[in-house]
Amino acid sequence: MNVIIDYKVGNIGSISRGLTRAGIDAKISANPEDIKQAEILFLPGVGAFKDAMEDLVKTGLVPLINDHVTQGKLLVGICLGMQLLFDSSTEYGHTKGLGYIPGEVVYLDIEKKVPHMGWNQLMFNQDNHTLKYINENDYVYFVHSYYANTAPDNVVAYTDYDINIPAIVRRDNVIGMQFHPEKSGQVGLQLLKAIKEMTS
Amino acid sequence: MLARRIIPCLDVKDGRVVKGSQFQALKDVDDPKKLGKRYSLEGADELVFYDITASHEAREISLQFVEEVAEEINIPFCVGGGLKTLDDIANVLNKGADKVSINSAAIDNPDLIKKASQKYGAQCIVLSIDVKQVDDAYIVFKNGGRINTGIDALEWAQKGVELGAGELVINSMNHDGMKQGFDIPLLNKITELVNVPVIASGGAGNTQHFVDLAKATDVDGYLAASVFHYNEIKISYLKETLRQNNIPVRIER
Repeated sequence: MNVIIDYKVGNIGSISRGLTRAGIDAKISANPEDIKQAEILFLPGVGAFKDAMEDLVKTGLVPLINDHVTQGKLLVGICLGMQLLFDSSTEYGHTKGLGYIPGEVVYLDIEKKVPHMGWNQLMFNQDNHTLKYINENDYVYFVHSYYANTAPDNVVAYTDYDINIPAIVRRDNVIGMQFHPEKSGQVGLQLLKAIKEMTS
Repeated sequence: MLARRIIPCLDVKDGRVVKGSQFQALKDVDDPKKLGKRYSLEGADELVFYDITASHEAREISLQFVEEVAEEINIPFCVGGGLKTLDDIANVLNKGADKVSINSAAIDNPDLIKKASQKYGAQCIVLSIDVKQVDDAYIVFKNGGRINTGIDALEWAQKGVELGAGELVINSMNHDGMKQGFDIPLLNKITELVNVPVIASGGAGNTQHFVDLAKATDVDGYLAASVFHYNEIKISYLKETLRQNNIPVRIER
């Protein structure tokens, strides 16, 4: 069983439908038993880091998510869910994140329009199974104003928007996507299909 | 590089996509999810659905298409038409739309943009502006272009962004339906003033019009209806043409 962690964020339905289209059965749940049994845990998220982190902590599920990661099982964060995987964020003060990947989430202080919204290209930085069915320079759909400032070691793919923004990150069994794979057409489907194969 | 977006716009009445100019009888053509999926496979980057159902009661039934589209389509889509309150906006977003487009209601009640943006984030609040050039001024019209508000369009665009609109759709009424190309001077004036994505609407007649727009402006998205509906321009061909002209576009595989 795969589980989308339900902590009252807005886009859970959208991610759930996207996973279904990619052939991934995932239950939307905040039930500790479901979280314990999950093969892949998906962490969705839209909105502000601070609010989302508070809502996630309130569910009491964080220790179970920690166990899931310690056991070597796959955790996939999407959009704001990806940002929560890092140590902290500067959005509305300083907020601690889940700390699975070293780095800090900071504002996109650039010349170009913010939010970074629209279709942008993936530049590969390291080999990873998530990239198996897509090509370098494929487009995916982004909507965000903050980005993860992290070492290149943790970055599978970047996108270029004045600066190199980490688009796919990973550390061992923890993976994050800054963009919306569920809104990224065929490329998004192929990314999710690759993730499905990473279980077991 | 961030791609320029090609955005087909579909009018929905009583849950069905209709086409035909404003002056002709509307003809029932297709199911929103079927047509949306076709456009998505041809390479559309985003879809806009305008619900033009007349009565409020009928609109609620009509909006069921939003859920069906959300189920089927894996690109972002925006829904507009008759959204007047925060509840209307919540309803459409909860049904699975990624963005909402607000036009006349924002003119009558600018606070709606502000409240909606605070609640759902600027990225999903699109302010749609119908602009007509009257003498030397650009004026905002409302109620489907029927009422002259007397408001300066450039000021309204800026105000809309200050209120929290995350994107502007600029529909040039002088160019709409003329198929003589987009309103490049107006669009350049708008993009100079605001720091959010601007979507051009009105005037597309052939692929060269899109190339001209891309070369002459910083507009982020190109919206059109009839040229796509009547297969006068195929999206895949349009994007290939743009690509050959060194305009960054996403080519769907």
